[in-house]
Amino acid sequence: MHPVIRTILERIALGVATLFVVSLVIFSAIELLPGDFSQVILGQAATKANMAAIAKELGLDQPPHLRYIKWISGVIQGDLGTSFSGRNASGVDRSRAVVDLIAPRLSNTLFLASMTAIIAVPISLVLGVTSALYRNSIYDRTVNTATLTTISFPEFFVAYILILSLSSLWPIFPSLANVDADTILSERIYKSALPALTLTLVIVAHMMRMTRAAIINLLASPYIQMARLSGASQSEVIIKHALPNAWAPIATVIAFNLAYLVVGVVVVEVVFVYPGVGQLMVDAVSTRDIPVVQGCALIFAITYILLNLIADIIGIVTNPRLLHPK
Amino acid sequence: MNKEKETYSALGEVGGFQQKRTRWDRIRLDLQKAPLTARFGLVVIFAYIIVALFAPFIAPYGEAEVFPIPYAPWSSEFLFGTDQIGRDIFSRLIYGARNTVGIAVATTALAFTIGMILGLAAAISRGWLDQILSRSVDVLMAIPSLIFALVLLSIFGSTVTNLIIIIAVLDSTRVFRLTRAVSINVVVMDYVEAARLRGEGLVWIMRREILPNILPPLIAEFGLRFCFVFLTIAALSFLGVGIQPPTADWGSMVRENASLIQFAQYDLKAGLTPLLPATAIALLTVAVNFVVDWFLHKTSGIRDEQ
Repeated sequence: MHPVIRTILERIALGVATLFVVSLVIFSAIELLPGDFSQVILGQAATKANMAAIAKELGLDQPPHLRYIKWISGVIQGDLGTSFSGRNASGVDRSRAVVDLIAPRLSNTLFLASMTAIIAVPISLVLGVTSALYRNSIYDRTVNTATLTTISFPEFFVAYILILSLSSLWPIFPSLANVDADTILSERIYKSALPALTLTLVIVAHMMRMTRAAIINLLASPYIQMARLSGASQSEVIIKHALPNAWAPIATVIAFNLAYLVVGVVVVEVVFVYPGVGQLMVDAVSTRDIPVVQGCALIFAITYILLNLIADIIGIVTNPRLLHPK
Repeated sequence: MNKEKETYSALGEVGGFQQKRTRWDRIRLDLQKAPLTARFGLVVIFAYIIVALFAPFIAPYGEAEVFPIPYAPWSSEFLFGTDQIGRDIFSRLIYGARNTVGIAVATTALAFTIGMILGLAAAISRGWLDQILSRSVDVLMAIPSLIFALVLLSIFGSTVTNLIIIIAVLDSTRVFRLTRAVSINVVVMDYVEAARLRGEGLVWIMRREILPNILPPLIAEFGLRFCFVFLTIAALSFLGVGIQPPTADWGSMVRENASLIQFAQYDLKAGLTPLLPATAIALLTVAVNFVVDWFLHKTSGIRDEQ
């Protein structure tokens, strides 16, 4: 087998194994619940019989491994269980399936994330590469100090500064990003402008610094110096010699930051009341709605692992040493 | 015959010219050479420490003292106004330095204790212990830590103790990786082997042979981790699942006063109020980052290429 294919298959197997363990960890969340938990969901209706009924409904009377198999086969078929909310009080069951709660919000979150990525990735790559090429110039130092400062800001700080300036003092964009399924694309972009801008500012700083470090590292390697000494021009050195080896680190940087976006999205969604998965998860955490928390966590974890996997694969398929084995 | 001439000592000859610098001299010299950003950072950190330590003496009112006027404007009585139930914002900002920063420091310290002990143990003993620890850390790091923290908080509930333990455990994974990576190079040194042959115990080898040699990267990491933990706790409190009221905390203060920002057009000061605690958070992280940047630059031995 070609070494590239073998390495990729190994990486995918490792990714699947990680996913399996992560699903185990998220599943055991319900295992770790303190004993008084059914009391918490039932509230005032917590009689002995009701508590036993809840335990039975959650399957707590069955051994854990059987429950895990049931849960994971449900997840694979797209069934994440039923939300806790709406279950308590009267005997009427008004609870909703977790999938129905998550699905419409997931598309909103993905929209916001991709909008951010489309703006942020080109900007940060250009900034990173140019500041690496003109290292220690005033341009480089300015960009560096500016990004170091932005990195240190909490997301909500950036968000509120943007709201204050672009929505409150000079009302250009709305401060509430209340999109729904019927919102048309242009309006959706307009309403999501401030959340996307916040995420862009945060992520560009990270991505630019990492790109800069990767490129500087590369330009310092002996073969680049060799190419320079052999009389190659600056553009030739970069395009012909540096770039083939730069794809892997750049892909890693992008994937790492898109994965970071997954986390950043939570806070930003809450600030702008954007109906996404992050906001759903935070609400579920404050009401201790475990099935919803599990579902959201699983989706975030899968995205995170997948993005890292893709970065690894790009790194493998663009690695000249693997592509041309001896 | 002069007896003193016969016993020659190098120290005796150059000793007269040697100027022994005390620790304080060296610190002063370093500070003089420090760039402006690092000095700014040090001053800010020092100011925060003073405010946190002496909060009850500096704050004009109590942490949870409620006044009858909610959302009072900025005035000489209430410097930055009052919040939604009439607590003085300036006093809460000052107490917040104590609570928010104190909790973040405690969490980082705990994370380092766990991560360093396990990392050193893994690097020294290798074998199955190393395998188990490293693989579990891989799994923990496969889930974004904010998401993981949210899951754990929903299970155990949001109390300060839970918050500290959960964030510390999640964050100790990064400390573990770093400690293990740097100490693996030190563990194979001859002097560690010598200590082992001398019959020293695991704890002695950790503390006396390895720790002093891996300290600089760990100190820099402490600063960066602190920033990360501080921002995570602030984010969780902002989301309403971190530090709970009535404890004065910067993250939750931003959330509580966020609605004021809508009135910025009519009263700029009111609009700025929710940004004050956020600025307090941002300023401290910027300061720590500047100092760490300088420290890393200094200890890594990289010189500016002119």
